[in-house]
Amino acid sequence: MPDTTIQNTLPQDGAYNYAYLDEQTKRMIRRAILKAVAVPGYQVPFGGREMPLPYGWGTGGIQVTAALIGRDDTLKVIDQGADDTTNAVSIRRFFARVADVATTTHTEEATIIQTRHRVPETPLKDGQILVFQVPIPEPLRMLEPRETETRTLHALSEYGVMQVSLYESIARHGRIAKTYNYPVMVNGRYIMSPSPIPKFDNPKLDHSAALQLYGAGREKRIYAVPPHTPVKSLDFDDHPFEIETWTESCALCGSTESFLDEMIVDDTGKRLFVCSDTDYCESRR
Amino acid sequence: MSSPLLSACRVTKRFGGRTACHDVSFDLWPGEVLGIVGESGSGKTTLLNCLAGRLVPDGGSVAYETRSAGIVDVHHLSEARRRLLARTEWGFVNQDAREGLRMGVSAGANIGERLMAVGARHYGEIRGQAIDWMARVEIDADRIDDRPTTYSGGMRQRLQIARNLVSNPRLVFMDEPTGGLDVSVQARILDLLRGLVEGLHLSAVLVTHDLGVARLLTHRLMVMQGGAVVEQGLTDQVLDDPQHPYTQMLVASILPV
Amino acid sequence: MTSSQPALRVCGLAKSFTVHAQGGLALPVLRDVSLAVSPGECLALVGPSGAGKSTLLRSLYGNYRADSGSIRVRQDDSWTELVGAEPRTVLDVRHRTMGFVSQFLRVIPRVSAVDIVAEPLRRRGADPAEARRKAEFLLGMLGIPSRLWALPPATFSGGEQQRINIARSLIVDYPVLLLDEPTASLDVANRDGVVELICQRRDAGAAIVGIFHDTDVRDAVATRVHEVIPPASSPPVSPAGVSP
Repeated sequence: MPDTTIQNTLPQDGAYNYAYLDEQTKRMIRRAILKAVAVPGYQVPFGGREMPLPYGWGTGGIQVTAALIGRDDTLKVIDQGADDTTNAVSIRRFFARVADVATTTHTEEATIIQTRHRVPETPLKDGQILVFQVPIPEPLRMLEPRETETRTLHALSEYGVMQVSLYESIARHGRIAKTYNYPVMVNGRYIMSPSPIPKFDNPKLDHSAALQLYGAGREKRIYAVPPHTPVKSLDFDDHPFEIETWTESCALCGSTESFLDEMIVDDTGKRLFVCSDTDYCESRR
Repeated sequence: MSSPLLSACRVTKRFGGRTACHDVSFDLWPGEVLGIVGESGSGKTTLLNCLAGRLVPDGGSVAYETRSAGIVDVHHLSEARRRLLARTEWGFVNQDAREGLRMGVSAGANIGERLMAVGARHYGEIRGQAIDWMARVEIDADRIDDRPTTYSGGMRQRLQIARNLVSNPRLVFMDEPTGGLDVSVQARILDLLRGLVEGLHLSAVLVTHDLGVARLLTHRLMVMQGGAVVEQGLTDQVLDDPQHPYTQMLVASILPV
Repeated sequence: MTSSQPALRVCGLAKSFTVHAQGGLALPVLRDVSLAVSPGECLALVGPSGAGKSTLLRSLYGNYRADSGSIRVRQDDSWTELVGAEPRTVLDVRHRTMGFVSQFLRVIPRVSAVDIVAEPLRRRGADPAEARRKAEFLLGMLGIPSRLWALPPATFSGGEQQRINIARSLIVDYPVLLLDEPTASLDVANRDGVVELICQRRDAGAAIVGIFHDTDVRDAVATRVHEVIPPASSPPVSPAGVSP
């Protein structure tokens, strides 16, 4: 069972500076965050540090969280919607130890939610911050390998090539087949990768009350969507953006409105659909 | 007759100590096809790249009369405007189609890209235009979802032409558009280009080392040697009554068929 | 008709070829040529082989670059000077006013005979179907069998190619026509068709300059004769690199 109450069981580890990073680094990251918030969707380079976990495990998100977190915060960490996976538990324990901070699994109690690949089902409120772990921040990367060129394309708002990839998807599959990391236009200006969240979560980004911060550790980029900012998923007039739907409901809570994971539960191939957001699911049972 | 579409004035480009093109001036009028001929290394492609804004000349200027914004200095435009010009009013046909195409996406997407770049957001209409252009460059419509990697060299070149012309440009730059292709494939592309240039009232600057191509496609010729224009005039006049020693040598070097 | 204003006027025309491959050898061909042709006239250029008749005709068309002198064409009720003119001026004159029938057809790959003939008319903005009809009419009149019309003429006989060339140049009613041996490789029957067409065009008011080796043809079409005098002490030449 994941911990479901506000806990503060570990004293801060005095061997490290508060929240692990040194103060200069945190200030540098905060400056990058401020710039990212000022220019929604724009990827701000920052001097990413080596973190005590490998790239791909959330080094970008952890640095953003470390630069923001204070003793008054309450931290929630989810991985694919779950509070109880190794990655989520480890990061939550890490900050409890180095930042002397309360942790929670309840979405509505958290002030900072670090997430990998999901947006919580529970609507976010003013004052909350959602920190995304981002593997590849550049939405145009698969189409244009040159960084100089992708930067130019962003600078000049030349986004034909992004539309080309959607065209290609329809030509191949009869519909836009991209189901996660579905590109969005932020504030009518920058095309942004929402990180590998399912496209089911894209509508939650639009005019969200929470501040969204995106940290990419390997590529050393930070970008942001300030609260109440328009975020539009790209599409065609005759192939409008649509989210996934399920004919099943959650086997545990019966929800028909949340993002469901498909699970094979025995050797005979019996399948179950359950909410990917564990906190949401438990709160409904 | 109105005013020149493109006007080069004393264009000079150096690479280190070597002058690749020296003091080139000319006017290109609407509907005119200008050929630039000369041997490899004579500065033809450098000049073409300077004209198309892909290289910044060390001296001189290139003026272009836009559809709606009057005459602009190509090299003093902001990068944003120059790129916009390049994908709306201009086309650029590379010798190697792989450089001018997106090899990783289908033919339809290749043709549709310019339309989407200027805001087309209706899949069915984009596809309809792509099919229309495939027919105009004589590619079977049922190849629309195939990638150019599965196309022959001649088909790739025709696809590149369609990709450039779909946005209805006024000026097309062509760098050896039939270079490296079989003669029969070449003939088909030349015929196609000839018809398109005439039918769409395009202006074009064509770089070639093949005087036969120049005779078939161009109205006027500039002969370059060592980076300088040594002779220019009507295409048939330059080829039938060459004045400069280098041009006479070029013309005399054609193998009779 | 000869009293009306000339359509083409040449004054003091000179043309020489400089062959750089032979140490800049200068070969004078035309010297001080002057002539004028009015609508309805057909001027036949005569003179011995190598006198420069062909060179003169090609210079009139702007195909060869004159050294000095003047070639003026009546266009839009004013004179257009061709010596030293901008290429687009020459192209405009060729497009609207002056047609040229050379001895040889320049074949365009893949283009059918009927489309080659129709092209000049189409380029002037004529309806493509109408241009095609007129082309077919001309091809028929010149005795080209209809089974050949849709084929590219690269493999046609010399006579067939030449008639296609003539049809292509006569499909537009050019006010000025230049004819370089239009009947050279034709048999008698086909020759008569060409002669008839030329006479028709002349009587309709075209100003024609031509080279006609066949004296019967010349007698049939020419209203006047202009003798081209070979330049003294120079051998017959053809410019460097030009295929005959």
